[in-house]
Amino acid sequence: MTNHWADIKNADVVLVMGGNPAEAHPCGFKWVIEAKLKNKARLIVVDPRFTRTAAVADKFAQLRPGTDIAFLGGVIHHLLENDLIQKEYVRSYTNAAFLLDEKFGFEDGLFTGYDEAKRSYDKATWAYQVDKDGQARIDPTLQDPNCVYQAMKRHYARYTPELVERVTGVPAAEFLEIAKLIGSTSATNRVMTSLYALGWTQHTVGSQNIRAIACIQLLLGNMGLPGGGVNALRGHSNIQGLTDLGVMSHLLPGYLGLPTEKEPDLKTYLEKRTPKAVRPGQMNYLQNMPKFFVSLLKAWYGAEATKENDFCYGWLPKNDKTYDILAAFEMMYQGKINGYFCQGFNPLASVPDKGKLTAALSKLKYLVVIDPLVTETSTFWKNAGEFNDVDPKAIQTEVFRLPAACFAEEDGSLTNSSRQLQWHWKAAEPPAEAKTDREVIAELFVALRDLYKKEGGTFPDPIVRLPWPYAKPAAPAADELAREVNGKALADIPDPKDKTKTLAKEGEQLATFAHLQADGTTSAGCWIYTGSWTQNGNQMARREAADPSGLGNAPGWAWSWPANRRILYNRASADVAGKPWDAKRKYLSWNGKKWVGPDVPDFKVDSPPEEGMSPFIMTNEGVGRLFALGGMAEGPFPEHYEPFETPLTFNPLSPKGAGKTLSNPAVRLYKGDREKMGLGKEFPFVATTYRLTEHFNFWTKHTRIAAVLQPEAFVEIGEELARLRGIGNGDKVVVKSKRGAIKAKALVTKRIHALKIEGQDVHTVGLPIHWGFEGLTKPGYLTNTLTPFIGDANIQTPEFKAFLVDVQKA
Amino acid sequence: MALMSLDVINISAKTSTPPQARQGLEVAKLIDISRCIGCKACQSACMEWNDLRDEVGITEGFYTNPPDLSDQSWTLMRFNEQVIDGRLQWLILKDGCYHCQDPGCLQACPAPGAIVQYANGIVDFHQEQCIGCGYCIAGCPFNVPRLSGKDSKAYKCTLCSDRVAVGLEPACVKACPTGAIGFGSKEDMLFQAEHRLVDLVERGFAKAAVYDPKGVGGTHVVLVLPHGDRPALYGLPANPSVGPVLQAWRSGLARAAGVATMFTVLAAGILHYMRHGPLEVPPEGDQGVKP
Amino acid sequence: MSSNGSQLILRHGNGARVTHWAVAIVFTYLFLSGLALFSPFFFWLSHVLGGGVLMRFLHPVAGAALVAIFYPYAAMLVGDNKWLPNDSLWLKNASAYMMKKHPDIGETHKYNGGQKLMFWSMVPLIAVLAITGVLLWQPWFAPHFSAGARRTAGLVHSVCAFIMFVGIGVHVYAAIWTRGSIDGMIRGTVTRAWARFHHPAWERDATGKDGR
Repeated sequence: MTNHWADIKNADVVLVMGGNPAEAHPCGFKWVIEAKLKNKARLIVVDPRFTRTAAVADKFAQLRPGTDIAFLGGVIHHLLENDLIQKEYVRSYTNAAFLLDEKFGFEDGLFTGYDEAKRSYDKATWAYQVDKDGQARIDPTLQDPNCVYQAMKRHYARYTPELVERVTGVPAAEFLEIAKLIGSTSATNRVMTSLYALGWTQHTVGSQNIRAIACIQLLLGNMGLPGGGVNALRGHSNIQGLTDLGVMSHLLPGYLGLPTEKEPDLKTYLEKRTPKAVRPGQMNYLQNMPKFFVSLLKAWYGAEATKENDFCYGWLPKNDKTYDILAAFEMMYQGKINGYFCQGFNPLASVPDKGKLTAALSKLKYLVVIDPLVTETSTFWKNAGEFNDVDPKAIQTEVFRLPAACFAEEDGSLTNSSRQLQWHWKAAEPPAEAKTDREVIAELFVALRDLYKKEGGTFPDPIVRLPWPYAKPAAPAADELAREVNGKALADIPDPKDKTKTLAKEGEQLATFAHLQADGTTSAGCWIYTGSWTQNGNQMARREAADPSGLGNAPGWAWSWPANRRILYNRASADVAGKPWDAKRKYLSWNGKKWVGPDVPDFKVDSPPEEGMSPFIMTNEGVGRLFALGGMAEGPFPEHYEPFETPLTFNPLSPKGAGKTLSNPAVRLYKGDREKMGLGKEFPFVATTYRLTEHFNFWTKHTRIAAVLQPEAFVEIGEELARLRGIGNGDKVVVKSKRGAIKAKALVTKRIHALKIEGQDVHTVGLPIHWGFEGLTKPGYLTNTLTPFIGDANIQTPEFKAFLVDVQKA
Repeated sequence: MALMSLDVINISAKTSTPPQARQGLEVAKLIDISRCIGCKACQSACMEWNDLRDEVGITEGFYTNPPDLSDQSWTLMRFNEQVIDGRLQWLILKDGCYHCQDPGCLQACPAPGAIVQYANGIVDFHQEQCIGCGYCIAGCPFNVPRLSGKDSKAYKCTLCSDRVAVGLEPACVKACPTGAIGFGSKEDMLFQAEHRLVDLVERGFAKAAVYDPKGVGGTHVVLVLPHGDRPALYGLPANPSVGPVLQAWRSGLARAAGVATMFTVLAAGILHYMRHGPLEVPPEGDQGVKP
Repeated sequence: MSSNGSQLILRHGNGARVTHWAVAIVFTYLFLSGLALFSPFFFWLSHVLGGGVLMRFLHPVAGAALVAIFYPYAAMLVGDNKWLPNDSLWLKNASAYMMKKHPDIGETHKYNGGQKLMFWSMVPLIAVLAITGVLLWQPWFAPHFSAGARRTAGLVHSVCAFIMFVGIGVHVYAAIWTRGSIDGMIRGTVTRAWARFHHPAWERDATGKDGR
């Protein structure tokens, strides 16, 4: 979230699209209700089905799964054509005025630089025009045909309300009502918040869905303001913490990139990854990246890391390619991975194409599952009748199950969607032989290190020489790790403004990442978490609920990264001169000496407005990007592409692009998976998967109460589809895709209706995912039996939200 | 709670008036349907607090699960799809005992002390007195109590009388994430409810209303209904009341009339016998019957 | 006129007597437990009828037993309970009869008009009580009926029970008042004089000759 949960109450309009917070985030949804009660906010829900969120919405529109960019592009079109933008904000705080490379272009669904064979772009032309000093050129009048504003206007000219209707199925009149309501927040005294979740990310255009709303929020001037922002509602209590700490194959903690083979030494890495400012007077905060990176190496490798040895940079693994979850299972499937540690994850149910996953897991020599529950992954080899029809004799994988403690059985912190780290305390001992994940991993590490010491091995240094400074080596304590993550001074850190003072004395916990150094005198296990455990103690354990501003900040409650900042880009809540856009919604303002307000300024605190520093300090041009430059795989402007399985044979936005631009042209597609894509002729209905309030993924089917509340698998279909197939409510049905078939009860509903798409009727099939062959609920099929093994072009999130199926009465 | 408690102001199958001295503060639960998201946290909390576990059932094509109230499910979210004025609405009713001021169950109950009403308005079942006749179910205008198949006792929502007695809100109120369920004095709840109507009318629910049916003397579970003119859309009776049939069957007056009839017949027999004595067969030849 | 007035003749066979008393016992239980259920004034009766819970359980079981015993019994008696013109005469003179004015009771057969009235009221009353009882019978049958149906059933059940009480009350009182009747239902026999006095036509048929 750029903002935070409690801040939703400050919104005038709440747009829920690509999410279903009433259902999936019922506790956080209280703030939407609060906005409605206290702020007379209007709630808009756009979703493939009428959800529990829609039940309390003021406006609802049903769209075809996978057409969000068509809808949002339509909104952009509406805003630009009707001048419903926050002009001053757009001009000063976005890259609307920036001039683009003259060679940049877009034609028939493709941006310049496409290489069909590689399914990727040469992004050289997706760039600003620069002067001889490397500074970007701008036209503040927004009139230059090469400026981003004009390019954007041209790009979205095709996204008319009529086209929106043809592609998404939302009637133009309904669409316009919603677009107008969204547009109303371009006024400086009205703000819209956007709430999304997996409904936007689990698409082959997932990242671009979010780019699209980011553009809209920038155009409306809703970024950095209370009640605004682009807010990802995270699905697990600590999934934000997972990404923050870099538990992803291409990341290190704090969103620092994992080096690749092309970055053999520290110098290359830092030079390549440290951005240079492209506009005068901009902060370009990531110029500090070397400080964060070296502090990370110091946190990990301690005294071993010295300037002379590149701070042990050589010990880091270097990626030769991506190892995302799809890539890993593809390798397993090809027999290239033969051992798998599966911790707190149930991939047999959570990764697409269960058939392929079973085959992949069956090729392993060993599988280690670390989990508090009996997951389907841990029993993938067991025959569970029709629900898991495998032959155990044919599977040679040796499976080890290591029982883990659950969150309530250990101390630690959870980072929620608000980027808030909240400390929690152990409430009970883990049962029987269960151990905390920390202990499991530490014991494994210690045993492995002993083996390396005894037997040697290839490149033992990163393991044998890894500092392991914990009181109990086989059981590091949560607070030991939390302190290490925060980081400390390894020598006295002098204050650059006053050499007689120090920022921190040797051995002290650091107060902020602003004190980190690139010379090895500081450590920080995750720079964005620096400040969470300072000399003043555990900031995450703070429980001061006072909210002096009344805006819901409660700055003394736990601790938010970065720097306990509650709203990111908050400098943008004031105009260029430093006055709040809306006197009633006063947040940050310039008092003549410094920036003040109820939040920690996301800005150089003493930089006066005259200096011209722009609010988006994390970009090297200082402004928000309507045009994403080379940041995205499939284009600098979000463009509608059909899901990989679509009932259409052409892309209505780029009919001339033919097959090439039907679906995302930059998506990675494995060889065997192309053949496993279904066509509309055979699989006429569009399916989408989702979650229900009563369950949490595949966990709560193990608890009696949740099992009582939603006991058995079902499939939601509209009344028209039910009539078409002769299906009655409660009948058992078979749902088939090119990859497999599942059976479930039919739930015939008015909440999904047939859509008219390019003249044809398109029916949507809703597939809740929660059932499996383990647990207390009635046994059910894993829904991912049906889903395609394909992911987003940028981060490979699987396309669970739009694929083709057929439905028949069982 | 002991039946002699001053908090008990009404009691089933009573032959005398329970203590009336205590002036209790009437409480109420306010269910604002317009902010209910049907998450079933209330159902879950009810099961947790009261240590109830219904059966893991099956899906029959509805979100309503379990399919009905039971001895193990004292509250239940009922989901109901309606197209109203051309607009699809998913109406979600948190069903359960409404704690009538004139409770039909209490009136119908033949077992002394099996059903009581507290000064704060809560209607509670005392299972140790329950004889399992199910008259409370027949007497309820909302079809709420359920008999257990295990012990033939009747069960229903207690409005967490145990929690309320020590100053806590009912478990469902505590668990509700959106504040759709509130709890407090009935006066305050009605005030809040009226306040909500203003907002609902502004959002296009011109007929929004507070559901506090007078036919049962008002309830201690009050609802804000966006479609207040048509409670039936939510599965609620428009004008619930104890009703003439139940009155005729179970009211004190009906009972007295029945008992009086009985005593009249008895008295008639005794008087007749006193006046006329037994009818003996007369000695042969001395009979009044003609040959 | 013979002097055989003290001679005993069989009025109720063994089967009939046993059945009658079975009905009587079951009815008594039903009546008392019904009273306990009907009014708190009588709820104390539940304590001598097995306790509230067991009594509530037994009441419908006894009801079923009553149906099972009564209707075969009624089938046994129905032949003697056909309404004859003379029965109307008896009814007309019933109050004089009760005042011991010895009115003309005509050709009264085994059962007089009053007894037949009792018989014909019990036959439908017990049926109605049984049917309405099923609607209230927890836990097996009641849940299949609406609350409204159950309320109506409860009311009808109560009203019928009171009519039945009145009928049975008269029946019991009549038996006590009419000396010799109870003996007839206990031992099975009545004197010819008794028979001749109360049921002359039956006495004639039963002895095969005109006794007078």
